[in-house]
Amino acid sequence: MIEFENVAYSYGGGELLSDISVKLAPGSFHFLTGPSGAGKTTLMKLCYGALLPTAGHVTLFGNDVRSLDRDDIAMVRRRVGVVHQDCQFLNHLSVAENIGLPLTVSGRHAETGGDDLLELLSWVGLSNRADALPPELSGGERQRAALARAVIMSPDVVLADEPTGNVDWEMSQRLLKLLVELNRMGKTVLIATHDLGLIRATKAQVQARVLRIANRRIQLAGADL
Amino acid sequence: MLKTALSALWKGDRQADRVVPPSGFTAQLTLFVAATMAFLAVFALALSLASGRLATIWGQELARTATIRVVAPVDQRAAQTAAALRILETTKGVASARALTDSEQQSLLAPWFGPELAIDALPVPRLIEIIEDKTGMDPEGLRLRLAAEVPGAVLDNHNRWRAPLVKAASRLKLLGWISTLLITATMAAMVTLAANAALSANAQVIAVLRLVGATDGYIAQAFIRRFTLRALTGSAAGMVLGMLAILLLPSTDDAGGFLTGLGFQGWHWLVPLLIPFLAGAVAFAATGAAARRTLKELA
Repeated sequence: MIEFENVAYSYGGGELLSDISVKLAPGSFHFLTGPSGAGKTTLMKLCYGALLPTAGHVTLFGNDVRSLDRDDIAMVRRRVGVVHQDCQFLNHLSVAENIGLPLTVSGRHAETGGDDLLELLSWVGLSNRADALPPELSGGERQRAALARAVIMSPDVVLADEPTGNVDWEMSQRLLKLLVELNRMGKTVLIATHDLGLIRATKAQVQARVLRIANRRIQLAGADL
Repeated sequence: MLKTALSALWKGDRQADRVVPPSGFTAQLTLFVAATMAFLAVFALALSLASGRLATIWGQELARTATIRVVAPVDQRAAQTAAALRILETTKGVASARALTDSEQQSLLAPWFGPELAIDALPVPRLIEIIEDKTGMDPEGLRLRLAAEVPGAVLDNHNRWRAPLVKAASRLKLLGWISTLLITATMAAMVTLAANAALSANAQVIAVLRLVGATDGYIAQAFIRRFTLRALTGSAAGMVLGMLAILLLPSTDDAGGFLTGLGFQGWHWLVPLLIPFLAGAVAFAATGAAARRTLKELA
């Protein structure tokens, strides 16, 4: 699905990531961890074409990311659901419309009127907030709305960047449960987090692999977790 | 690509319109600018077309007329006039020639001397009006014959005062077209500024749309449609007001004729109807270029 081959990325100064080779197989569940500023968000962005590698090759669904034009990248994003730590919405549209936005922009607006959206809203527990505007939501509600928006297109891959960063422990457990459910439905899941407790709690529910960024490289973390 | 863009513009996408938040005040500014520019464009066009018409009239119709002044003592004037008319009858290229009557000459002089003047008391030269046929006459030959047989007759074929007028009218026409061009360019600049402002004000919206898989074309469309429709409606309103203003100009009378002739005639009334479409096309292109430029810099 997503494959990194000797990938390096530098922001002009020194290299932030170097010699990264990793493969996200269909249906796999990965955690990405490492200290703040290690490059977790950068690696996530490389996964959906928001950044291009400065060296090496990133392959998205079988295509080298450098060979994709802007429209191709848009198509890739319809197959990759992304949840950011500080999720952004269109503040003038209701929560339900925001969750249906990926359908709207891909010419499938008619489907936002269907049962799928209602089901999704109840799955993330936002049925009673459907008509609210995004600025009226709490941190946890925003994260769940972002997750619903990320999966409404039934993507092959779900990328979540610190999805539990702004929420309490109980809410982070709920979010994680939703992500585990998605993985059981066959989605590839990659979660960036620095919260080791969360990783431990999840490992009981799903077979997850942990990638750790240290010294600009990626290591497969072992049994110490 | 242009065809699909135009058809998308025509059909519209209510949903695509909604994803960009409404912008009350700036929208009205764009409408106002489009209306003002269209209003001015109507006058620039009227100026161009009217001065073009004047240049044609002066250049062609006046070119086929000439005048002979018979300056002679009162007792010889009638005889010399008759002699001049006889010469004209046998001159090649003259379609018709006739001496103006006393009352016609009086009405010509009335603006200067007033209507009460007794014209026969003055040694006013007699005027002979000559209308040439299509082949035209030879003014030099006529002058020589007149000099030999009617010493008091002076031929004036209007060239002296006509040439600078035609030149001035042509220059006015050029100025009118340049103004129209400048108005179009200003309109493009204004729409580009407004579109750039809208695009940067909505940077977050655009980022969200890109994240959820919207193509550049989809995002650009929302902005292009908005600005094109604004330019179209604004300039249509401005064009109508401009045409009304032209219609309400004091009507042309014979005295001031060629000075107050600003306006449209015949099919020229259709030309200003193109203004809204031109404005729409300018806004379409300007917004499209601005959107492509902005979007290219985003992830």
